[in-house]
Amino acid sequence: MRKLALPALLVSACVLPFLVSDYRVFQLTLVIVHAIALLGLNLLTGYSGQISLGHGAFYAIGAYTAAILIDHFHVPYWATVPLAGIVCLGAGILFGLPAGRLENLYLALATFALGVSLPQILKYRHVEPWTGGVQGVTLTKPEAPLGLPLSRDQWLYYFSLAVMVVLFAGAWNLLRGHTGRAIVAIRDNPIAAAAAGIDVARYKSLTFGVSAMYTGIAGALGGIAVQFVGPDSFSFFLSLSLLVGIVVGGLSTISGAIYGALFIQFVPNIAGDISKAAPLAIYGVLLIAVVYVMPSGIAGAVNDVARRMRAFGRTTEARSSSKHRENQPGRNHA
Amino acid sequence: MPKSSHWTLLVVMTFLALGCSRKEQGSGGDNAKGASLSASTIKIGQTMPYSGPASAYGTIGKLQTAYFKKINEAGGINGKKIEFLTVDDGYSPPKAVEQVRKLVEQDNALAIFQPLGTPSNAAIRKYLNEKKIPQLFAATGASQWNDPANYPYTIGFNINYVDEGRTYGKYIAEKQPTAKIAILYQNDDYGKDYLKGLKDGLGEKAKLIVAEATYEVSDPTVDSQIATLKGSGADTFVNVTTPKFAAQAIRRAYDIGWKPTEYLNNVSASVGSVLTPAGLDKSVGLVTIAYYKDPTDKQWDDDAGMKEWREFMTKEYPEGGLSDGTNVYAYIAAQTLVQVLKQCGDQMTPENVMKQAANLKDFAPALLLPGIKINTGPKDYVLFDQLQLARFDGKSWVPFGQLMSVM
Amino acid sequence: METLLHQILSGLAAGGIYGSLALALVMIFQATHLVNFAQGELAMCSTYLAWSLIHAGCPYWLAFLATVGISFVAGALIERCVIRPVENKPALAVVLVFIGLMLILNSVAGWIFGYTVKTFPSPFPDHPLFGNTYIGNHELGIIAVMALMVALLYLFFRYTTLGLAMRAAAVNPDSSRLCGIRVGRMLALGWGLAAALGAVAGMLIAPIVFLDPSMMSGVLLYAFAAALLGGIDSPGGAVVGGFLVGVVENVMGAYVIGTELKLTVALILIVGVLVMRPAGLFGKVVVTRV
Repeated sequence: MRKLALPALLVSACVLPFLVSDYRVFQLTLVIVHAIALLGLNLLTGYSGQISLGHGAFYAIGAYTAAILIDHFHVPYWATVPLAGIVCLGAGILFGLPAGRLENLYLALATFALGVSLPQILKYRHVEPWTGGVQGVTLTKPEAPLGLPLSRDQWLYYFSLAVMVVLFAGAWNLLRGHTGRAIVAIRDNPIAAAAAGIDVARYKSLTFGVSAMYTGIAGALGGIAVQFVGPDSFSFFLSLSLLVGIVVGGLSTISGAIYGALFIQFVPNIAGDISKAAPLAIYGVLLIAVVYVMPSGIAGAVNDVARRMRAFGRTTEARSSSKHRENQPGRNHA
Repeated sequence: MPKSSHWTLLVVMTFLALGCSRKEQGSGGDNAKGASLSASTIKIGQTMPYSGPASAYGTIGKLQTAYFKKINEAGGINGKKIEFLTVDDGYSPPKAVEQVRKLVEQDNALAIFQPLGTPSNAAIRKYLNEKKIPQLFAATGASQWNDPANYPYTIGFNINYVDEGRTYGKYIAEKQPTAKIAILYQNDDYGKDYLKGLKDGLGEKAKLIVAEATYEVSDPTVDSQIATLKGSGADTFVNVTTPKFAAQAIRRAYDIGWKPTEYLNNVSASVGSVLTPAGLDKSVGLVTIAYYKDPTDKQWDDDAGMKEWREFMTKEYPEGGLSDGTNVYAYIAAQTLVQVLKQCGDQMTPENVMKQAANLKDFAPALLLPGIKINTGPKDYVLFDQLQLARFDGKSWVPFGQLMSVM
Repeated sequence: METLLHQILSGLAAGGIYGSLALALVMIFQATHLVNFAQGELAMCSTYLAWSLIHAGCPYWLAFLATVGISFVAGALIERCVIRPVENKPALAVVLVFIGLMLILNSVAGWIFGYTVKTFPSPFPDHPLFGNTYIGNHELGIIAVMALMVALLYLFFRYTTLGLAMRAAAVNPDSSRLCGIRVGRMLALGWGLAAALGAVAGMLIAPIVFLDPSMMSGVLLYAFAAALLGGIDSPGGAVVGGFLVGVVENVMGAYVIGTELKLTVALILIVGVLVMRPAGLFGKVVVTRV
């Protein structure tokens, strides 16, 4: 029965847009977008142990790459998504080269600075003809191709879902293989990893690049879904939300990206409904509550429960699930 | 990832689908009896930054909620109650888009009233115009909302920044033809619109501007900028800043011994929340443009409009600040919406709301300065065509000169 | 020339602002080996407390002392009640609690006190010394108070048993516990002291930037940069770092790159320095043992 889980999940993800309104489909598209961005950040912070307080910047670069290509060069929207990924891959590697030398707090400062200054750079007068300044760039939402009987929201949902499936499968493969083991080894003990012949600096900047690529692709999809990019869309709060998402979802887990995405998409709305006076206070309380109850994130808690249930049901059987145990970064990683 | 995750996610998604579709059925039901509902209520939506960097403006939505409650208690408009749905967008454009879609598609709002902020309004403009839902009296001063040919469903409210800047420019060109002008502005469209307007108004005399400096909202102080502007030898200072920075700039200029002729933009012309923090003695001689009455200005203490507003504030919105000019602004905007809805009569359709918003004639809420009236037309989406110059005498803003036309 | 002097002096004044909050960050780092992102918001809340006391008719210095005392207790309480449950959890979980605290404090302050700016009195005389217009008394006062705080912190960490115990508890909790140091108590003490320093910083900063719920959001990044530039384990370094950041940013902004990108360029410079000298200008270089 467990083999059916993934196909069942995919089928239900495909059926979902027909059950709910276009507005909900749009929200679910945003969840997919967040999930991709979170997976990107999780590669960096969860698996590679490098903290980033400024991943919103790569999200912004991806979104602006797509918007400028569509708006100024009339590139079709689907082509801008991989292009945004390539641009962010480059930006991430470039940033990762010096940043890979920085540790913990210093890296936190460098990425914090990146997250805060990028919106200001977007308004700089020499780039303004491209970025549109504070007014940003307004985009048109693509129609479904080939006369498919889908609304524009439904089509974009499927398009994003396809991108997400490809990227998640890619991350899964990457992490399972040689590269993934090297990345985790560097996180757990950089000196030992270097002694074992792993080129630490190269892997660190490469991880930065891949992570930025994921987040940038999410940015491009997000920009197209929202039909607008502007400096205020990518304030420091976005970077904070991404960090919140990976920790709440579960560090160093792939499924955690989806839980985290659901959290950062829906919980602020719930907080806003509870209180107009201090919505962020409610959000903060919920956030701290989740950390208390599930310190290893929602994915961690789910795995714990599942493991206990299995152990309960099949006490005689050896605990085969232990091989699925997913690592938590140590205390010294931020 | 472990298989258990897949199953859990599946469960989550099922709940999501159930949860969402159930809600949709609810609103679908509303749709079915839409006719009967719309007969008794008028649904007005709004996005407001109740959280995030622009939270100071959240008071607009809170005041208007209280105001419409009062209107409803007094019998509503043409017998119909206003249902005011104001939601948080955190000053984030993507959130604004999401919330506006909810208000339009799920709550069937008749219009989106006073969504706040240039970026959020830019993000929702195309969507609302495609859906033909009025983006009514956008709470931003950017110049782009007056574009009825391309965006017939978008109308602004504030005096736009270009017009205000142009008025200062024209005034300086006329009264101080040999001025050396320094300008401090926020590094975004708000500031740049002003600069454009100022240059426009100066016309050939635009070369009188000898120094420009910008600041970011994230800057702790503007001391450095003020030193640069003083160093340029300018004798005229155009201060295009938001309240906190305006207070800093006025005080700093005074403290370092710079005594230019100083123009302060309307955004920050509050005696209570800007000039008092800056120091009233340091603010003497400031010139500004005004269109509504400043609640902290003693000259309006016995004014009928101000008394009505104070009574409203103490009774209906006691948590709101009596010295905050934003609360006066919000009150005027709410009155303007009520006027538009009254003009709509029985035809409560988005189309008619927009038609009536573009058909305001000599509407003069009591909190506007004497002589200033709101006029709009199908090709004129600018509410305020006239402005009043005023000078600060150490206690209040004293109007001087004629009403000036913005054109 | 006069303008340059103005730029440098106002840079020093801004540096004083950054440095005073940076001191609180250094304090909490010394005690816990973490940087508290909610430190700025805590300081802002303390300042509101002082403001309320002063408005209730309390004399300035009494309000000042009361605020420092209450902040100390509040800081220790936050450590005990809010941070303790996640103490042994992954560092990022703790960071998340900091973020949550930051959001809560900021939002609640706005809810209670509103978002309009308030004036906060300066304890120093208003009329500048010798009629100079370059630097106000309050700015000079900040620099003097900071020098005093740095001296006190230095003496505390260097020459008192308590200070030594606190540093030990942060560097190696397990060994410290074996030596009989009450590590939990040290952590609470560190939080209390950091909150008290933050309160002083807030009350010094507020007369310049005005009091509002977001008064610290702009300062936090600079303070963080100042602390790291000077060396996160060095109080004196944090203050010097603050001055450097303030002056470099002003001079670059005014003469080299314009005001639009001054933050960006200042940060690039700082990160550049840190790549060259990862322990900061005055920090101790830590040699890792495998």
